Amino acid sequence: MSARLRAGLPAIALALGLLAAWELYVDLAGIGEQLLPAPHAVAQALWDSAGLLWHNFTVTAGEVLLGLALALSAGLALAVAIHLSPLLRRALYPLAVGSQAVPIPVVGVLLVFWWGFGIFPKLVVIALICFFPVVVATVDGLAAVDPEQPKLLRTLDASRWQAFRFAELPAALPAAISGARIALTIGVIGAFIAETTTPTSGPYPGLGREILSDVNFQTARAYAGSAILIVFAIACFYALSGAERKLAPWHTRARGETP
Amino acid sequence: MPGAPEQLLSLQSVGFAHPARRGAPVQALSEVSLHARTGELLAVVGPSGCGKSTLLELICALHTPDQGTITAPPAVLMPQRDLLLAWLSALDNVALPLRIAGLGRAQARARARELFGEVGLDGFQQAHPAELSGGMRQRVAFLRTLLCGKPLLCLDEPFGALDAITRAEMQEWLAATLARERRTVVLVTHDVEEAILLADRVAVLSPRPGRVVASVEVELERPRNRTDAALSALREHALGLLASEGQA
Repeated sequence: MSARLRAGLPAIALALGLLAAWELYVDLAGIGEQLLPAPHAVAQALWDSAGLLWHNFTVTAGEVLLGLALALSAGLALAVAIHLSPLLRRALYPLAVGSQAVPIPVVGVLLVFWWGFGIFPKLVVIALICFFPVVVATVDGLAAVDPEQPKLLRTLDASRWQAFRFAELPAALPAAISGARIALTIGVIGAFIAETTTPTSGPYPGLGREILSDVNFQTARAYAGSAILIVFAIACFYALSGAERKLAPWHTRARGETP
Repeated sequence: MPGAPEQLLSLQSVGFAHPARRGAPVQALSEVSLHARTGELLAVVGPSGCGKSTLLELICALHTPDQGTITAPPAVLMPQRDLLLAWLSALDNVALPLRIAGLGRAQARARARELFGEVGLDGFQQAHPAELSGGMRQRVAFLRTLLCGKPLLCLDEPFGALDAITRAEMQEWLAATLARERRTVVLVTHDVEEAILLADRVAVLSPRPGRVVASVEVELERPRNRTDAALSALREHALGLLASEGQA
């Protein structure tokens, strides 16, 4: 058994235990399938509607990944601007905080008016929901450079840009990745919100919209779709941890393994 | 002083106070006069908190003195903690000043690599700082300082955080390295033995606000031996100066 598989064993065991308890609960309590489908019913729905769910999933996965890419680039750019300019910090930070309280349906209509029924309005919604943790973590990471470091760099005649490029930026990378990890975990629910607030013209509207239309009469399929999203979020999270080992090996070495 | 060799570094009645966020500024140095000739190693000893680090920062032009004048060539600081960049190999840390000076990665590495063999660091080029011992890290930090190419090196308690055995090793290493790569050095330390072992002249600073209370010429042959009677005598002399100042 590989080391990685062994590391995942407790989580798999716990998930199986929870599924068993769920199955038992539905059986013993006699809960209707419209209210809470049993795991075996969800598995059945997953099997029966595999094609439909898969096509919708590819739509949603694309939205999540592109939306996160947009959130990361916007978040990093904002963080750098806030770090380098006290004026921009005072101007941008409160607005960035406020942006997190915007109820998405309010702007959904406007986004569709601007950019239509395609993928772009959804990416904007996901980015709006996800960019904030990237900004906060990266700003803190950029500021966390040893206070003596700038003195040393100045006597080495480093310009402001060089101090940023050689010291601050790499030092902030682990923090930026932590921010990305938080963004990623809310990215999937962000895609759900995006799909359900901005209509789509394509043949497959995405898992979010599919789940929403199934939840009342095809509850088992709604659960199957949700299960796919959950597994996707977990997979993305660990993919990013793997990327961190490549991007910031000094950090993972110093801290030990990620969760 | 007519006829004296030219001073590379000279401080005349320098005073400096750190601005305080609240209340009166903290006077760190007052009426400090020092000088160092080209190729000389000047050690500055004094009790903790007497403004030794501030003195180096003034020489490196990181602050402007409140009183007095400083004539100094371009100087590079080696801070107390090594401040190596964790994500760079030892080689790239040493090459950092060259990268900052605008050299390409390959050229900078080639120049840095030449130094490694000379100073007993061969084989550690690719090691990252976290994999190096405290002494090794200080060696890498010193090479970085050296490769910067500035005429004046300001070393701030470079071996202060090391254990006694490693410190003794490093003092000999520094003496040997400087014998090969002659530079003008200001070495700040609270270790009187270290000062006398390495320096051409030792300036003794009073407690805060620091001022120079004595200047001791060390005219001992190199390489020096810490068990040498003349060295011990000088150390006792300097310690006496420090102690009398502490009581005053």
